[in-house]
Amino acid sequence: MNSNRILNIVLAAYVGVIFTFIFAPILFSVIFSFNSQRFPTIPLGNFSTEWYVKILNDPDIWQAALNSLIVSSSTAVIATILGFCTAYSDFRYNFRFKGPYLALILLPPTIPLIIMALAMLAWLSKLGMSGQLWSIVFAHSVLTAPFAMAIIRLRLNQMDPDLESASWNLGGSEWATMRYVIIPFCKPAIISGLCLAAAVSFDEFAISWFVSGLNKTLPVVILEIVQGNIDPQVNAIGTFVFLISMSLVILAQIFFVYRQMKSTNT
Amino acid sequence: MPIKKSRKIDIYAMTWRLPIIIWQLLFFVGPVIFMIAMSFFLVKNYRMMEAFEFINWSKMFSKNYFWDSYFYTITIASISTILAMVLAFPASFALAFKASEQMRRWAIFLLIIPFFTSYLVRTFSWFVILSEKGVVNALLGYIGLGPFTMLNTNFGTLVGYLTLTLPLVVILQTVTMANIDRTLIEAARNLGCKPLSTIWKVIIPLSKTGLIVAAIFCFILSFGDFVAPFYLGGSQEPTLPILILDTTKSGQQWPRAAVVAIVMMITLFSVAFIGIALAYRKKASK
Repeated sequence: MNSNRILNIVLAAYVGVIFTFIFAPILFSVIFSFNSQRFPTIPLGNFSTEWYVKILNDPDIWQAALNSLIVSSSTAVIATILGFCTAYSDFRYNFRFKGPYLALILLPPTIPLIIMALAMLAWLSKLGMSGQLWSIVFAHSVLTAPFAMAIIRLRLNQMDPDLESASWNLGGSEWATMRYVIIPFCKPAIISGLCLAAAVSFDEFAISWFVSGLNKTLPVVILEIVQGNIDPQVNAIGTFVFLISMSLVILAQIFFVYRQMKSTNT
Repeated sequence: MPIKKSRKIDIYAMTWRLPIIIWQLLFFVGPVIFMIAMSFFLVKNYRMMEAFEFINWSKMFSKNYFWDSYFYTITIASISTILAMVLAFPASFALAFKASEQMRRWAIFLLIIPFFTSYLVRTFSWFVILSEKGVVNALLGYIGLGPFTMLNTNFGTLVGYLTLTLPLVVILQTVTMANIDRTLIEAARNLGCKPLSTIWKVIIPLSKTGLIVAAIFCFILSFGDFVAPFYLGGSQEPTLPILILDTTKSGQQWPRAAVVAIVMMITLFSVAFIGIALAYRKKASK
């Protein structure tokens, strides 16, 4: 038994090491963002909000933040609508070519972003649609729709299929049933889907970089600063982006996972 | 729930089925097919001309740097995959079998966080941490080691890859192993199987599918990432994604970049296909 105990301690320590590795860059980025040194190291320099003041006074960064906001919220809406339609089709109907149909929506996230970026750039230039914020939205909605779909599909799984039939029997049309039964039932998942799609879009840099032209989003600005040299502003922007993404993810969790637990418990 | 429907077009059904088809044809299938077509285009005076020539393919395939880069990318992505799978395993094992349900749920929640933090910022953070006078070397200095050069080496690239892949691999491994029927493991123990051989003979075979899926994802992510080899590896030996980046961004050689992209996609599909075939292969009777 004693050796078992030692093994458990070793394993627990190992889990700690892995988590340290995973979270070290995130943690240090936040710490460095409040650090006065230009080349941060140990021992740390003084506490300073210099980098935050710098980014807050930079109109380019405000513009990029606004662009990011527009792109991620538009993406979220489009991706969630697409995801909902697909999830409902998959839930309700059986039809020919359903496999390829589902592959169509699920495949994009498995393709490396750099390839999607090149393909999107070439295609959108061909159509004369590149170099605008909308170009990023088109590309991002393809990328994020599967996440929204997956979450809404999981929620639909919990719906009693008889609920729909019951509504029809009571005289509701298919459209009315959708409006008064299915959409309300899926609402928490729809909100989580919106948040997740927005969070993924808010962080994406490769496609944005290729197709955005002069309309930079925050991750593209980070990319360009990083290419220059070591500039702790990146940490400040990164911390800011991190806070927004995390709020979105936590909102998604609250709306989805929490409800999920509640509905399975009762 | 089968629902009988008349033959005529069902507007309600189509309202839900068609949007994604149209959207993905326009913005997913369209771009990919166009990229394949583009690999046959010509570039004259820095302008792309529609054509059907194999010149881009023959030019790329005759270049040594293309093949060097190809094999280097496959090698380092494979090393990254093996490292991630091996390094993650003990942690996933602990989370799956030693941790309580509650702890496991928290661990997985924590592991999801990195997906929503900028990978660029994390890479930049490593860049500072691993630099000549960075945190790691400063800490090693206290115990009289170093300084080591970690940036612009394969080590740097691998650290970046692992940052990207480890959270996903730990999640997938943990979930797979946590779903194994515990009675099978107890049965093995009762029949006198030692702990280590229980892992080899019971746990790994039972979680084979999930493990292979984790490995496939890990390979895809490492193979397609340009950030780690660029910033942490110093792109001394350019990987295929860096090749695409250089070819696209400097000079209008989009068709050649398309060739590289298509080679990458074929490679990834082959790896995924072989992996899935292995994962779902019926076990040969022993």
